[in-house]
Amino acid sequence: MASKQPENSLLGPEADSQRTLYPNVTGTSVVALKYKDGILMAADMGGSYGSTLRYKNVERMKAIGKHSLLGASGEISDFQEILRYLDDLILYDNMWDDGNSLGPKEVHNYLTRLMYNRRNKFNPLWNSLVLGGIKNGEKYLGTVSMIGVNFEDDHVATGFGNHLARPILRQEWHENLSFEDGVRLLEKCMRVLLYRDRSAINKLQIAKITEEGMTISQPYSLKTYWEFSAFENPTQGAVGSW
Amino acid sequence: MSKSVIEMPPKGGFSFDLCKRNEMLAKKGVSPPSFRKTGTTIVGLIFQDGVILGADTRATEGPIVCDKNCEKIHYMAPNIYCCGAGTAADTEAVTDMVSSQLQLHRYHTGRESRVVTALTLLKRHLFNYQGYVSAALVLGGVDVTGPHLHTIYPHGSTDTLPFATMGSGSLAAMAVFESKYKEGLTRDEGIKLVTEAICSGIFNDLGSGSNVDICVITKGGKEYLRNHLQPNPRTYTSSKGYSFPKKTEVLLTKITPLKEKVEIIEGGDAMEE
Repeated sequence: MASKQPENSLLGPEADSQRTLYPNVTGTSVVALKYKDGILMAADMGGSYGSTLRYKNVERMKAIGKHSLLGASGEISDFQEILRYLDDLILYDNMWDDGNSLGPKEVHNYLTRLMYNRRNKFNPLWNSLVLGGIKNGEKYLGTVSMIGVNFEDDHVATGFGNHLARPILRQEWHENLSFEDGVRLLEKCMRVLLYRDRSAINKLQIAKITEEGMTISQPYSLKTYWEFSAFENPTQGAVGSW
Repeated sequence: MSKSVIEMPPKGGFSFDLCKRNEMLAKKGVSPPSFRKTGTTIVGLIFQDGVILGADTRATEGPIVCDKNCEKIHYMAPNIYCCGAGTAADTEAVTDMVSSQLQLHRYHTGRESRVVTALTLLKRHLFNYQGYVSAALVLGGVDVTGPHLHTIYPHGSTDTLPFATMGSGSLAAMAVFESKYKEGLTRDEGIKLVTEAICSGIFNDLGSGSNVDICVITKGGKEYLRNHLQPNPRTYTSSKGYSFPKKTEVLLTKITPLKEKVEIIEGGDAMEE
């Protein structure tokens, strides 16, 4: 009688130690948009350990090669592993020394294959990635999820950003935003996320990638307004409610 | 054979009798039937002189839109209106019930209803049913103590807020409110902001759609703007109606009645009981 499952299966209870079941240290949303000169991306610097805000200095956006910028939400250790894979990829590409370099489209394709194949083995890299870049004047902005769903758009977001930031971007994004307008729009989205996402913190970085290269701002915080008079004494006229 | 236990009439509220049976079934792998969540975007906003409520008009049965133009802003009292999200039957029934209770209360006291009265009646009922009455409401009105806006959750908790959103499209609408709300809005600014928030829900949430309903309540009275905005009109309707292509030539017309004509006799015999 044949055994029901092969020995190296990842699906029995004993195999739970060999695959990712749930994330431990997570980053929250990343929001990115295309503007006149390239891509703008924003992410806060928080790494949550369940419901505790354990790490407040996590850089969730990194440059990949000369032309791309990667932002990640989800498990931080898997993000670091992805960076190692991409390091190897870029190194291998540089060793060819042929004057050609991997652009954002190629890196996005690589990431899609990576994420999808891990998902097929029931051992996913628990991240939602945003890959943006510009090569030879062509801007590219794409996203890959932990199950391998990938697409390309003028503005993308991960996690809560999909619900809170995308509606704003759909209404207010337009072609050829200037740098200041792009930053203002990103800050608007990040502010709403700060108000309404419990795992967001008020310490964010904005990264910009253009033909000249990638720059990432120093961490800073957004101005918030908590002084609406209606919030100060909400039940003033409504005796008996809370 | 006489029963030793006196039969007590049910006191109302949630009956926990079947909970043990449900637990046993769940252990055996029988999953309970899931609730059909009707997607919605409902919002409320306090402005200078009163309250503005807004809602979309799509009613869904799972993946199908069953009503393209339903009314989600329910009447509670001449000065109080309530938007409902969740199971449509629950929101209708619970708002109808409390509306009648408020009417009786008005007759009893001889005074205009207060928003906190509606609030308390609703939350007591919902808490009694432990969240099984799946109604998430945005209650707004103006009474002698001023304008009020409350949200009521299916389990019976309430919040008192200057701006509120509920339903599956609540995050899309809240994104608009959080970025554009300011104090001391005028009537027109308020209506514009509420419309924008509902439109954000309509276009970004699959459970919401069709038109925007608005209700403006002030000390002077109320204005129910049904279908204030219709951003999803039917496209490509032919004004001429349906017509056959011109190449079809009519050669012969012959009409054959398939049934005898029915004759109606006035003042015939009455039906037998």
